[in-house]
This record gives sequence, C-alpha cells and structure tokens, in this order.
Amino acid sequence: MTAQPHIAEILVPAGARVSRAPAPARAAVRVEGVSQRFERDRPAVLDGVDLTVAAGEFVCLVGASGCGKSTLLNLIAGLTEPTAGRIEVSAKRPALMFQEPALLPWLTAAGNVELALRARGVGRGERRAEASRLLDLVNLGGQEGKRVHELSGGMRQRVALARSLAQDSSVLLMDEPFAALDAITRDVLHQELTRVWSEQGLSVVFVTHNVREAARLGQRVVLMGSRPGRIVRQWQVDIAQPRTIESPGVSSLAAEITRELHEEISRHGH
Amino acid sequence: MATDLQRRDRIRRGAAADQEERAVVAGLDALDAGVQLPPRPGPGRVFLRSVLPPLVFLAVLVGVWQLAVLAGIKPAYALPPPARVWATFTGTVVDGRAGEAIWTSLSRGASGFALSLLIGTVLGLAMWWSRWLRAAIGPIVSGLQSLPSVAWVPAAIIWFGLTNAAIYTVVLLGAVPSIANGLLSGMKQVPPLFDRVGRVLGLSALARTRYVLLPAALPGYLGGLRQGWAFAWRSLMAAELITYSPALGQGLGQLLNMGRELSQMSLVITSITLILVVGVAIELLIFAPLERRVLSRRGLTMH
Repeated sequence: MTAQPHIAEILVPAGARVSRAPAPARAAVRVEGVSQRFERDRPAVLDGVDLTVAAGEFVCLVGASGCGKSTLLNLIAGLTEPTAGRIEVSAKRPALMFQEPALLPWLTAAGNVELALRARGVGRGERRAEASRLLDLVNLGGQEGKRVHELSGGMRQRVALARSLAQDSSVLLMDEPFAALDAITRDVLHQELTRVWSEQGLSVVFVTHNVREAARLGQRVVLMGSRPGRIVRQWQVDIAQPRTIESPGVSSLAAEITRELHEEISRHGH
Repeated sequence: MATDLQRRDRIRRGAAADQEERAVVAGLDALDAGVQLPPRPGPGRVFLRSVLPPLVFLAVLVGVWQLAVLAGIKPAYALPPPARVWATFTGTVVDGRAGEAIWTSLSRGASGFALSLLIGTVLGLAMWWSRWLRAAIGPIVSGLQSLPSVAWVPAAIIWFGLTNAAIYTVVLLGAVPSIANGLLSGMKQVPPLFDRVGRVLGLSALARTRYVLLPAALPGYLGGLRQGWAFAWRSLMAAELITYSPALGQGLGQLLNMGRELSQMSLVITSITLILVVGVAIELLIFAPLERRVLSRRGLTMH
C-alpha cells in the first residue's frame, strides 16, 4: 500500500497542515462554551469548550485520560446535561458506540441490530431484512444467527457498529471503540470504519487516547488538555484516504500531536 | 484538482482496497471464531460419569442398611429390612395410593407455585420500581426467606382451619419471598451499561424494562424460581404432614403421617422416598433444562 504515494500526498508533501477549522456551512454538532462541573469544590471537568463538527466530517478527540473527552461525548449524546453552555446536534438522536461492544448476550447478532430498528419503529417484517443488510455492510453477512459469545472481540464491535448504523442517525459518536482490540483487528476495523463513514456520509466524533489512531482516521484531530478539560490545539489532516497507520503522513502528524500532548501532560507535573 | 484519470485511478484502487479488506476480515473472523468447544461426551461416557456414581452410592447405602438390620441395631418395626420396604413401596405404587398421593400433592404444589410466581413477580417488580417499598419491606422479605415456613402452619390452621386455604397460605409464605428476591437481585445485577445502550437506542422506560432489564435479569429470576419451588414443595409437605383431614385428600405428607400413626416404618420410608423422587424429578425435568438453556444461550456454561 505504501509503495505508491497517494494523490493527496503528492499535492501536500508535508502530509499534514496545521490550520484553523473553516467555518462549516452546515454543522452536525455545535458545542458552544460548554462547561461541566460534577462537584462544587472540585475543578471543572470541562471548561468553556467550543467545537463544531461539519456535516460529513470525521473529527477525532485525543487527550490524556481524565481530560473529559468521554464526558464531552456523553454531553453530545444527550445522556447528561452540561453545567453551562449550549449543545446542538443536527440528528434527533446521535448514535453512540462504547469501548465495550455492549451487545445484549441473550440476543443474536441480528437480534441486537433489530432492537435498534425496533426502537426506531421499523416494522417487524422489515427489521430482519434491514438487519441482514447492515450486518453485511460490516462484513458480517451470514452471521445473523450467531450468539454474542460465539463472536470474537472484533466481530462484536462490528455488530455494535451495525447496531449504531441501524439507528439511522447522521451523527455517530464513538468512545474509544477499538481500545480493547488487538492491533491487527484494530487496523482492519479502521479500514471498515473509514469505508462505512464515506459510504454512509456520516459525521463522526471519535474519542481516543491513541494518537496514531486519531491521525489515521480523522479529517481533523482535536487535542484536549486536562484539568480543566479544554481544547488545546487542532490539526486539519489533509492526507487522502485510503491511509494506513503506517502512512508517512500519519506517522509524522502523530509524532507532532504526541509532542504537543506530552508538553500538555508535563504541565501537570509541578 | 484531480484529473479524470486520477479520479478513475482512485476509484479503481478503492475497489481493490475494499476487496482486500473483505479478504482480511474473512480470514481474521475465521481465525478468531475458530475456537471449537470440545465435543459433547457420548452416551457411554455420560453413563460412566453421571449415571453410574449415584447408582453405586445407592447400592452401598442399601448394603449398609441391610448390614445394620442383620446386626440388629434396632428392632424390626423401627428398622425394617430393605426387602420389606421395597414390597411396601411397590405395593403402594400398584394399589394406586402412591399415584393418588403424588397427584394430590403435585397439583397442590403446582397451583401454589403458580400463585407464588404471580405474587412474587409483581412484588419483585414493585420493589424494583419503588425505592421506598424496597426500603420498607426488603428486610422483611429477606428475613422471611430464612424463617422455616412450617412455623406458619399453626397460625394458618387457626385462621383457616384444616382447609386447602391453610395449606396454600403456608406454601405462599414459603415461596413468594424467594421469587421476589430472586427477581430483585437479578435486576440489581444487570450491568448499568445495558441501560445506557437502551437509552442511546432511544427506547422508552417501559421498552427498556421489557427488552433490556427483564431479559438481562432472567438468570437471577430463574435462580429465584428454582429456590421458590424448593421452598414451596418443602412448605407443602410440612403443611400436609400437620393438616390431616379427610376433606383434604391424601397427599404425600398425609401418607407419611399415616405411616407414623400406624407405626409402619416401611410406609414412612416409602413416603419419604416418594417426596424426594418428586422433588428431584421436577428439578431435573423442569428447572435444570430451563436454566441450562438460558445460560448456554448467553455463553455462561461450557455445555
């Protein structure tokens, strides 16, 4: 794959450029001045976060653990309310994927997907066919009847992806979904996610502590600082897909983000 | 600006990448999911492993019994030889008394258990929904589980006389707390993540209960049902043993009591054996397969 240089890499030899995000025409997610404080005397978990995700954009949030990136994701998902600020999401109900596949073990692979369809009010007859189509989309065609415990970690996470897609939401939120997978499986799922994202025209907010993963996947990488959680810096990633984790542009961008991340982390040492 | 040629090249390469991805995914899945469970043991092995040991134990037990009889440890009316008990046992079965007693007790047990199931389930759900109710009656319900339900027999007789109502009261007081507590603890053990999934999918509170909470609590609930049945059966025997009246028919407990009143030890042992056999049969025929099915579906057992 890396033998031939990609088109965009010829156009942009540096691999990545640092720039401010252009004001998007139609925002999928708009976060304005959001703060979150769980206890009065403790420092805020999030402090004045502004983030806009354009329709169809793939944004990765990176940061050390405890920087509030999962908190921000839960706020966007509408599972919790912010202490201050405003959040607008273009989709009625954004889909959310967790680090754990969180599949219901008494249901089959198809049953898990069908539950999301049922929640959307899809009729019984349509559910079966639609679940099969979605499982096929994540390369799990023919595995409809498998029980959760019969699936590998990567397969489970793909069923979870199919279930998220079954919500038919234009916004997909992902909370370190591949953190518990082995490197080989993760690489393959990166490929799958990139394909599904571009085919379905989704807007994705992807939280990870893996800087390379962020550089591999995102069109934009947002670095968050800790205590209080806020946005430190953003990178526009102009490396064409298909990329891999080994693409030279990905490596150099990852190195740059890591430097910045380490600087941010070492501020807390003294 | 990508030229037409470049764009076509990108599409071509994209399709190739998709194909490559499909192949790698298929290979990974085959490797990952290739873990095979050991084959189910054959009938010969099942016999050796689980049927033979209890038979051997039973034979040893009868042997020791026969030796005790020969040694004359107890007079013959108190410790009859195995052969005489066997004769009484087969006699009771042949003349229909065993069948009648089993039917009487089992039908009572089944209807008492069904009623307990209804009440226990409603009670468990109510205690789940209402924190106040849980705080108020939770300790009493748990306490009732450790109270031998035979303690209720005198009270039940004073309230209802020697009637079926008295028997059912004792059965309910024995089984309902186990069933309610089983359901409640099953629901308490449901991972909070499952509820979050329900919320993310946009299921209403009622739909989350129906499609997420209750199925997730099923293993705990089944455990409660199993214990509830054991308690119901025990309570029933205690009640039948004490409430002895022609109007109540001849259940297994009454058969046992008749053996005592006639000082007929072989009938006593026969009755005890029948009570045991029915209890074990219900466990093996109903609860064990049910539990095995639920657990193996969720990958919680080896077989």
